[in-house]
Amino acid sequence: MNKVLMSGNNIIGEAAIRSGCRFYAGYPITPQNELTEYMAEHMREAPGGVFIQSESEIAAIHMIIGASATGARVMTSSSSPGISLKQEGISSMAACELPGVIVNIMRGGPGLGNIRPAQGDYFQATRGGGHGDYRTIVFGPATCQELADLTMSAYDLADKYRTPVMILADGMMGQMMEPVIFKKPKPRHYNENFILKGAGSGKSKFIRGLILDAIDMEEHNWKLERKYQVIKARETLHEEHRTEDAKLVIVAYGTAARIAKGAIKRLRDNGMQVGLFRPITLWPFPEAELRALSARVKKFLVFEMSTGQMLDDVRLALQGYADIEFHGRPGGVVPTPSELANVIARHYKETGK
Amino acid sequence: MSKKVFSRPRSLKEAVFHYCPGCGHSIAHRLVAEVIDELDIRSRVIGIPPAGCAVLAYNYFDVDMIEAQHGRGPATATGIKRARPDSIVFSYQGDGDLAAIGIAESLHAANRGENITVIFINNACYGMTGGQMAPTTMLQQRTTTTPSGRNNILDGYPVKVSEIFSRLPGVTYLERVTVNSPAGVNKTKKAIKKAFRCQIDGLGFSLIEILSPCPTNWKLSPVDSCKWIDDVMSKEFPLGVFKDNTGAGKKTGEAAP
Ligand SMILES: Cc1ncc(C[n+]2csc(CCOP(=O)(O)OP(=O)(O)O)c2C)c(N)n1
Ligand code: SF4
Repeated sequence: MNKVLMSGNNIIGEAAIRSGCRFYAGYPITPQNELTEYMAEHMREAPGGVFIQSESEIAAIHMIIGASATGARVMTSSSSPGISLKQEGISSMAACELPGVIVNIMRGGPGLGNIRPAQGDYFQATRGGGHGDYRTIVFGPATCQELADLTMSAYDLADKYRTPVMILADGMMGQMMEPVIFKKPKPRHYNENFILKGAGSGKSKFIRGLILDAIDMEEHNWKLERKYQVIKARETLHEEHRTEDAKLVIVAYGTAARIAKGAIKRLRDNGMQVGLFRPITLWPFPEAELRALSARVKKFLVFEMSTGQMLDDVRLALQGYADIEFHGRPGGVVPTPSELANVIARHYKETGK
Repeated sequence: MSKKVFSRPRSLKEAVFHYCPGCGHSIAHRLVAEVIDELDIRSRVIGIPPAGCAVLAYNYFDVDMIEAQHGRGPATATGIKRARPDSIVFSYQGDGDLAAIGIAESLHAANRGENITVIFINNACYGMTGGQMAPTTMLQQRTTTTPSGRNNILDGYPVKVSEIFSRLPGVTYLERVTVNSPAGVNKTKKAIKKAFRCQIDGLGFSLIEILSPCPTNWKLSPVDSCKWIDDVMSKEFPLGVFKDNTGAGKKTGEAAP
């Protein structure tokens, strides 16, 4: 398989098309425009491929809902303010159990914020984001190769669990270029019974999230929850980097994890035993795995390009079994590995080693 | 031997409508179902009920359906039609759904010339949520949110969907009709049939605006509601074909008197 050099946004588009995505709708917003433009150029070359520049992010998500209901593999993408608008539809997809892949190339916020890379949408992504009792599978890729691989996995999981899946990256991941190998996508397995095609000569079907009876609605909520529990048990992913002998472990995802790796390299060169715990699925969060690590590591430093959101999940996972420090740079600031290394070194010294 | 002259359309389920007595939704449902039967397209129809009094339309129509969030029907319809071009797609929408919260999705689906059909129920109020002002509420009309009557200075003017949408080059067929009389019902059915045929023939976007009684929120009897459509509503919203690019008789512009 050939390595190709591509930018993150384009990699997501190419991986989606190779996975059989045949319907893309999106509305321009920086820093993810290259993805929309890539789809404009290449989606219509794929047999039956549809590209629509929608009138808004709201329209885009509801377009992919329609296409998904007819059995197409679908994608929409945006950046933070646009993802806020899509929440109505993401909630509907969860309720109606429709598969689809949603990409958020995060920027600084709240409000219009700025167009610099940031990680302020972690809560929105991992807590469901829209209204109602639901979860969204969220991937936090940290390399271009992962953008390709996780986009493909996103389609598999979306179909397997009939649920929306989000790729949560930031402007840095979207813009950066790295060599990447596109693996062969897995063949699609999706039950025809869930697809609307018209009733043919048989019984008609309908797809809906409206359930007026409270007991029936409760049952639907529990059914979704049981599904989320299965996802939690089976689909959690994380990476550990140099944690074997670590006395202090950084917890970071996405771009922040890349920076952390750079910092760790510097610190290791200076004899400090530090490592990285990197959640790859942000929901489900690898909490059991992180807690397991706390059996031998007593100090964790959460590093995010936000004021501290994943921090909550780390606290929930560690349940007080280890000390937790935090370093955050919100607003679109991307700290250098040496800045982070200084912060880590300070905390490392406090471990008394 | 007796001859059957009236029966339930194949495309309606054996269910009793929950609509209020005298409501236009029931008539519109039946007409759409009859047209689907007569055009023999049930096998490939996918319909989209709105958030609104017709939210449970999938309990009545015996065709494939998927609900849309409030106002988003035309976006969902776009996704369905583009992903499965051999389907016949209709979006069923109230006036709040189409002309307020979903005006962007509706207008842009029309402007793209999506080959879909929109059944637009204009009942001059928000039925489902208890009779609040709709974009189509008449000036001076009392609703729960215009208790002393719609005031143009504070509340704006009735939105004329057919007049606005017919100006879009993407629209192929657009007619405003009403179901307040037997003649009106027949005309409405013809219009709906033409709209679906427009789609079957691949000619593009069609929209049928139906002036539709809501006796409950108008606080009128069903008979007086029908009269109110003649006396008041259809003065603001004149009936007629606003656009017909389906064949030789191409027509663009104002309603035919
Ligand atoms: C996002 C959102 N906002 C508000 C509502 C509440 N709501 C449901 S139907 C409706 C208006 C219905 O009026 P209309 O579209 O005119 O249809 P009708 O009930 O008169 O047939 C509203 C405001 C909703 N379901 N979703
Ligand atoms: S409230 Fe109005 S629109 Fe709704 S069912 Fe009753 S009469 Fe019909």
